[in-house]
Amino acid sequence: MAVQARELTKDYKYGFHDEDISVFRTAKGLSPEVVAAISQHKSEPEWMLKFRLKALDHFRKRPMPTWGADLSGIDFENIYYYVKPVDEMGRTWDDVPESIKRTFDRLGIPEAERNFLAGVSAQYDSEVVYHNIREDLEKIGVIFSDCDTGLREHEDIFRKYFGTVIPPNDNKFAALNSAVWSGGSFVYVPKGVQVDIPLQAYFRINSDNMGQFERTLIIADEGSSVHYIEGCTAPNYSSDSLHSAVVELIAHKGAKIRYTTIQNWSDNVYNLVTKRAIAHEGATVEWIDGNLGSKVTMKYPSVYLMGEHSHAEVMSAAFAGSGQHQDAGSKAIHVAPNTTSNIVSRSISKGSGRTSYRGHIKVLPKAHDVKVNVRCDALLLDEESRSDTYPYMDIDNPDVTVGHEATVSKVGEDQIFYLTSRGIGEQDATALIVNGFFEPFVKELPMEYAVELNRLLALSMEGAIG
Amino acid sequence: MSGPARLVTHGLRASVEGKEILKGIDIEVAQGEIHALMGPNGSGKSTLAFTVMGHPKYEVTGGAMSFDDQDLLGLRADDRAKLGLFLCFQYPTAIPGVTTVNFLRAALRAQGKEMPAREFMKRLSDEMAALRIDESFRSRYINDGFSGGEKKRSEILQLAMLRPRLAILDETDSGLDVDALRTVAEGVMRIAGPDIGVLVITHYPRILEYLRPHVVHVMHDGRVVMSGGPDLARRIEREGYEPILGTAVPEPARV
Repeated sequence: MAVQARELTKDYKYGFHDEDISVFRTAKGLSPEVVAAISQHKSEPEWMLKFRLKALDHFRKRPMPTWGADLSGIDFENIYYYVKPVDEMGRTWDDVPESIKRTFDRLGIPEAERNFLAGVSAQYDSEVVYHNIREDLEKIGVIFSDCDTGLREHEDIFRKYFGTVIPPNDNKFAALNSAVWSGGSFVYVPKGVQVDIPLQAYFRINSDNMGQFERTLIIADEGSSVHYIEGCTAPNYSSDSLHSAVVELIAHKGAKIRYTTIQNWSDNVYNLVTKRAIAHEGATVEWIDGNLGSKVTMKYPSVYLMGEHSHAEVMSAAFAGSGQHQDAGSKAIHVAPNTTSNIVSRSISKGSGRTSYRGHIKVLPKAHDVKVNVRCDALLLDEESRSDTYPYMDIDNPDVTVGHEATVSKVGEDQIFYLTSRGIGEQDATALIVNGFFEPFVKELPMEYAVELNRLLALSMEGAIG
Repeated sequence: MSGPARLVTHGLRASVEGKEILKGIDIEVAQGEIHALMGPNGSGKSTLAFTVMGHPKYEVTGGAMSFDDQDLLGLRADDRAKLGLFLCFQYPTAIPGVTTVNFLRAALRAQGKEMPAREFMKRLSDEMAALRIDESFRSRYINDGFSGGEKKRSEILQLAMLRPRLAILDETDSGLDVDALRTVAEGVMRIAGPDIGVLVITHYPRILEYLRPHVVHVMHDGRVVMSGGPDLARRIEREGYEPILGTAVPEPARV
C-alpha cells in the first residue's frame, strides 16, 4: 500500500516546487490580527474587514464536521493563511517573475491561452499573478478579474452579490474562507452577451504549509452565457496543505453558466470547497467537476433552482488512488415549480482509495412538476478499494418525478480477458476500461482538457495491476 | 521454418475451478484449413476455446499445446493474440465507453499492425459494408447494448480487421436467424484462405453448409471421440449425436 502511494506521488508531474520568493506573508496560525493584516494589506473597505472578522467568529464557533471524510489531520495553527508571491499582478506574460512563469510554462498555461481561451487568470499561493482577458470581450463589458480587483474596481456589483449565495455562517470552511479569502475570480457577463470560448483560472499552491482560500464570484446577467474552467495543482511537501475555496454563481433569467473543474492537487492537500449556484427563471447551471488529486476532497456543487423552468446539471468524476478519499457529490434544491435537475456521478477507487457519493435532493412544497434524475456509478479496481453512496432526498411535493440509480461494479476478469485476447496488454486493458468508464464525463470537456485528463488517468493507473 | 502455422494440442487436460473438463484433447489445425468441432452441450467445446486462448480461469493440468511451434503454456492471452490466435466469443463482454473504432485501433497497435488513419477507416468501411453493419457502429461502445446478432457481426468485424493466423469461432452461429447466419458465414469465408486456419465450434450443421470444413471432430465428455470428413456433419444432422456416441445425451439448450 505504502509502495503504491509512493508510486502515485512519483508519477505526479506537478510535484515540483519553486523556491519561495514571497514578498509578504502573515504569521502562521489564525487570529483576528492575521485577518486584519490581510485586509489591511489589501487596503480593503471597512465593511469587508467587518465581514472577515465576523466570519472568523463563525469559524471558531463551528465544530469540525464529522459526518464526512476524516479531517483530523488538519492543524489550523500550522498554516500560513496569506502568502503574497509578487508585488504586482502581471498583465502580460513577461511581467510575471521568472520562477513563477516557469511553473505556469510547465503547466502549459500560455499555450492554452493562445489557443482556446478567452481569458486567463493564474493564482500562485494567495494572489493572482497574471491576468488577461480578450480585448473584444472587455470592450462589451465582460468583467473578468481577480476577486480583489473586483472588489476594488467594481465595488457596487461586487458588494451586491458577494456572500449572498454562500453566507459566511454556511459551514465551517465557508466561514474560514470568508475570513481569510484572497484571489480567485470575479466574472460579470452583461445582458445578452455570449462568451463563446472559456475563461480559465489556474490555481497553484507553491508554499509549504500553505492554505489557499480563493473566492470566486460569477454573475451571468439576463440571457448571457459563460463557460469558466479552473485547474488546480500543487507540489508535494511532507506536510499537508489546505485548499478551501468558496465559489458563488448567479445565473439570472435565461442565463447559462457552465463551471468546469479539473482538480489535480497533489496527494497531501485537503481540498474542502463550497460551491453553490443560484438559477433564476429559465436559467441553466452546469457543474462539470473532476477530482483526481488531493488527500481528502469534500465538495458538493449545488444549485438552488429559484426560478421556474430553471435547470441544474451536475456531472462529476472522481478518482481515488491509495491514501485518497474523494467525498464528492451534489445538491439540487428545487424551490420553484417546473424545475429540473440531472446529476451524474462516476467514481473509481484504486488500492486503498475511497470514493463516496453524497447527494442531497430537496423539493420544496411549492415546487410542483419537478423532474429529478440522479445516477451514480462506482468502479472498484481491486479488493482493497472502497465506494459508498449517501443519497438524501427530501421531497415535499407529490407532483415530482424522481429517478435514482446507483451501481457499484468491479473491473471484471471477463472484460480484461476480452481485451487481452485481442492482443492488448493487461495494464492497457485496465486503462481502456477506466477511460471508458469516465467517457461520459470526458466528453463534456474541451478537447485539450479531455486529452490531459486521459493522460493523468493513465499515469494514475500505472502499477495498478500486479 | 516455413510452411503453414499449426495449432497443436496433445493430450490437453484442463480444469475450471478444480473440475476437470478437458480430459486429453488431440487436435491439429493448420493455416488454410477449416475444422469443425461439434458435440452436445457440456462436452467441453467452449472450454477448449478458452483454454487455447488463455483465459486465466481455465487451468491446464496436463498435456501440451503450441502454435507455430511455440509453446502456448505460460503465455498470456495478449501474447497468444500477438502470435496470431483469435477467439470469436460466444458471449462477448461489453466495455462501456470504449468505441468500436478506439478498441480496434488499440488492438491493432498492440499487435504491431497499426496502419495510417485513412487506410484504417477505408478498411473498416469496407468490412462493415460487407457485414451489413450500420455506420453508427463505429462510435458505439463495444458490445454495449448490442443485440445478439450485432455482437456476432462485431466479432466477425474484429476478425476481419485483425487478420489472425488462426481463428476459433465459438458458436458464432447460435442465436442468429437465417439471414444473419448467412451474412456472418459469408464474412468468415471472405477471410478464409491459405493464410488462416479456422476452428468452428457449433451445435448445428447449418453453418457448415457455408463454411465447408475440411475436417469435422466430435467432442464428448472432454475428449474428441471421432474425426472425419464433411460427411460426418451430415450424418449428425440426419441421426443426431446418440448413434455416433453410442450413449444418450441431454437436449442441447436453445440459446
